[in-house]
This record gives sequence, C-alpha cells and structure tokens, in this order.
Amino acid sequence: MLDPTYSGYVKDGVYILATILFIYALHEMSNPATARKGVLWAGAGMFLAVLVTAVFSGASPGAFVPGINISQAQLEENLGLMAIAIAIGGGLAYLWAIRVKMTDMPQMVAIYNGMGGGAAAGIAALALIARTDPVGYLGLAVVGGLIGSVSFAGSLIAFLKLQGWMRQKPITFPGQKTINILVLLAAIVFGAVTLLNDSGHVGAIGTSVAIPVVGINTALLLFFVLGLGYGFMMAIPIGGADMPVVISLFNAFTGMAVALDGFATSNYAMIVAGMLVGSAGSLLTMLMAKAMNRSISNVLFSAFGATEETGVEMKGSMKPIEAADVAALLAYAGKVIIAPGYGMAVAQAQHKVKEMMDVLEKKDVVVKFAIHPVAGRMPGHMNVLLAEAGVPYDHLYDRDEINQEFASADVAMVIGANDVVNPAARRQGSPLFGMPILDVDAAKNVIVLKRGQGKGFAGVENDLFYKDNTRMLYGDAQETVAKLVQELKKL
Amino acid sequence: MTAIDPISAGFIAVLAAFTGYEVIARVPSLLHTPLMSGSNFIHGVVLVGAMVALAFATNPAEQVLGFVAVVLGAANVTGGYAVTDRILEMFDRSKKGPGAKKEG
Repeated sequence: MLDPTYSGYVKDGVYILATILFIYALHEMSNPATARKGVLWAGAGMFLAVLVTAVFSGASPGAFVPGINISQAQLEENLGLMAIAIAIGGGLAYLWAIRVKMTDMPQMVAIYNGMGGGAAAGIAALALIARTDPVGYLGLAVVGGLIGSVSFAGSLIAFLKLQGWMRQKPITFPGQKTINILVLLAAIVFGAVTLLNDSGHVGAIGTSVAIPVVGINTALLLFFVLGLGYGFMMAIPIGGADMPVVISLFNAFTGMAVALDGFATSNYAMIVAGMLVGSAGSLLTMLMAKAMNRSISNVLFSAFGATEETGVEMKGSMKPIEAADVAALLAYAGKVIIAPGYGMAVAQAQHKVKEMMDVLEKKDVVVKFAIHPVAGRMPGHMNVLLAEAGVPYDHLYDRDEINQEFASADVAMVIGANDVVNPAARRQGSPLFGMPILDVDAAKNVIVLKRGQGKGFAGVENDLFYKDNTRMLYGDAQETVAKLVQELKKL
Repeated sequence: MTAIDPISAGFIAVLAAFTGYEVIARVPSLLHTPLMSGSNFIHGVVLVGAMVALAFATNPAEQVLGFVAVVLGAANVTGGYAVTDRILEMFDRSKKGPGAKKEG
C-alpha cells in the first residue's frame, strides 16, 4: 500500500491537471474552429480524474479518507461494484447518445444533466448517512442534496416534455405557487432536522432535536422525496418554448450541487468543476432568457402559454401559394433571407435548404440566413443543424446583424419558425410583447413554409400569416423545399 | 473524514466561479448549445465523488446508494461527452456536408 500522504499528493496533482484541462476546454469551446478539440481536452481531464480515483481508492484509501476504517474485503467488493456501475451507466448512456437524432439533442442534455444531479444527491445522502463530517460541511451536503434532487426531477420532466412523452403545455392548477413553496419549505425543514439530530454521531451539533414522529432516517428520506417533489413541481408549469432556459438553469443547479458536495467530501476537483459550471451555466441561462426578453422568474413562475390573449381579431386571411410560384419568385429575386425554426429541424429539411441555397447562388441570388437567438429549442440549435448540412458560417447572421436588411430583401422565407417572427411581439397586451423578433414582415414578399395552420410553441396566433405581403406554402418542410429545388432547376 | 480548510476552499470556489463567468462571457451565441452540453459534461466530474462514496460504503444500504450514484455519474460523463462531441462535429470544417456523417 502506498503511503497515504504521498498518494494524496499524486491524486490532488492529477485533479489539478484535470481542472486545468477543464478550463482550457471551456476556453477552446468558445471558438467554432477549436470547439471540437476543446471537448477532447475536457474528456482527457475527466479520464485522468476518474482513473486516479479508481486506482487510488483501491490502492490507498487513506489518500481520500485518512484513517478510514474499512476492511480489505469490503473495499474490494466495493471496487467490483464500482466497475460494474461504471460499465452499466457509462455504456448505456454512450450507446443511447450516439444513436439519437440530432433534433433530439436538447432533451439528451436535459436527461444527462439530471443524472448528474441525481449522482450529486446520492453523494450528499451518503455523506449525511455516514455523518463523519463536521456539521458545517454536512449543512453544505444538505443544500447540495436538495439542489441535486431538484435538478434530477426537474430535468427528467424537461426530458419527458421535449421528447413528447408528456404534455408540452404548462400544467397548472389553483394554488400551485403556494403548494410549491410549501413543498420546498417542508424539504428545508426535514433537511434541518437531519442536520440537527445528533443521534450520537461524530461531529454533529451538540443539541439533539427530539422529533417524536420521525426518526433520523425517515427525516432524511422525506427530505429527498420532498426535494424530488419540488423539482417535479417546478418543471410541470413550464411550457415547451421555455424549456431551453430551464434546462440551462438545471445545468447550473447540478454544477452548484456538485461544488457543494465537493466541500462536503473534501474534493477540490468537484469544487472547481462544479463552480465553473454553476457560474457559467447561470450566465448562459440569463443570456438565453434575455434573448426572449423574459426574466428567469418570469420563465419559472408565469406558466407562459397557459393563457391566451383574447379579443384580438385577425384582419385578412391566410393566403396559400404554390411551390412553382415561389420558385419563380426566388429565382428572380436579388436577395433572399431565410429564417429557419424548429419546423425545419423536425422535418430534417436542412440538407434540402442547403441544396436550395446552392441552386439560388448559381443564379446569382444572394442568400442569407437570419438566426434568431432562440430559434429551435436551444440557442444555436439552428446554427448546429445548418452547419451539419454544410451551410458556411458566414451565411448565418444574428438577429441584430440582419434585422435592418429585411427591408432590402425581395423574399423573406420562414421555414418552420413561428413565435420568433410574430409581429404580435410589438403589440402591447400580447403574451409575446417585448420579445425581440426577426422583422421578416419588412421584406417585399414573405413566404411561410408551414406544416399546417397551427400556432407556435407559445400558443399565440401569428399576425404575420395574415399580412398582405405574406403567402403560406403548406406541407412538410423537407418535401416542400425539395419541390422548390426541382422547380428552381427547371427555370 | 478530514475536512478541507473551509477558507481556502472558499477562495478556490470564488475564483472558479469568476473563471467560469469570464470564459462564457466571450462566447458567440451560435456556440451556446454546445457550450451548455460541454458544461453538462464537465460537471460529470461528480462521478469521481460517487466513486469515492461507493468505495467506502460499509453496509448494503450505502452500497446500493453509492452504486446508483456511480451509474448516474457515469451516464452523465459518457452521455454528456457523446452528445457534446456529436453537436460539435457539425462545426468541424474538415468534415462538412451530409456525406461526411458516415465517416464519423
């Protein structure tokens, strides 16, 4: 067996190296050209951290827990279980992740984030059962356990909603907010009970709180059940359109839970990586909410889309158009701006859209893409899909960069986007009021590719569809664009 | 368990938080999705904590809890990595277009 002090240094040295790799990886991921290498660096860091943990927890328990009292047989059994658990969890998750469709990526981030939260809750639970830490650290474990279980349950709901296995619309009922707060308070009370209850454990606070009804293990169990319950309650009133923000928020939550567990289990790698993700994730959440002109509390508590605006009569009618006419319009246009949305992703139309772009460019038509920050289901979702189809970055423009240009565009083509091009956002009283939108209605002609006459995620009627310069081209986006390409080639 | 010095750990946590903030603040919006996924992968380091917790479990209840935590942590790591890599593959200029997907 290695000398615990010596191996402790080796372990912490490797953790420092892993931390450097994590930070460098995040830095590399901030540039499209180096992003892919970035995740490789993070992967290397993770591999080293896991490896050193596996080797040293077996070879030298003292490196982690000085003076740990555990038999060699027990330790070996645990290491066997560890190998099995890693093979099961890691193997299944990897196989699932490499098989899902690109459009399903947002919910995959949600589910794997939830699993991280669950692991954090489990670690906190073990720290609270063992109770070998000073009470201050156990307090952090309580907070970490609460945040972890909220993240676990909430992410699971986000996954189910985005996967379509659960109703996407907000689920609301009278007194919901009060009940949610009561659930959270109850969780905190039971967390405090587990913390204050001495029960003869080492290092706990001197006072023993006698709870006549529940024992300490029951209190601990109730604490986690209520934490999970709060995560569930927090996520059900949130509609599909707001899910990206919520997934990002839960991602930050898991980071915080991991950092708190790091304090409770004396693990610097967890403290640093958890704080990195906690702060980066919080900033990312704010950026995403800002892109929709909503505050985080508004996203969480307003059950957006549950109520509908009443008393607004749509003037005019939706005017359909045929593919051949659209093709002619496009072929003789000087500038075409395409505004893609989730409908394009669902129909897997991005490759056809790229083909159409190539055909149009051969005809000397300028083609640009207007990417709304929250088009699709996650910021950057459209960029990812269009990049997959081979559309160069320099054809993709942010909302701020391109909004002025719609006025000079001959055709603005909306492919499966809805709320992000809805001029109702400029009208006071609309549920969308204030959300920054793409000003597609400023273009000479607006063509909207749409599967049917339904509303967007937000459940709000779209004024754009009723405008005089708007024509509707109904059908599955992929088939419709394929038809357009055919027609264009004939011209 | 010997606890770490709370003051120095607190300083480290604060510095890490600012580092995370600074690194993200300069990121273009088109990378928000991969970044969310990438940070999701990085908090997968929770696996390390779960492994230690399982290694020193002393009774079946703790073993079950530790086992579940390791399964979940490992899923966070490998799933998070695979998802991030798949998303970023789309940004790889050396392999573009639908035909390139077959190589990966």
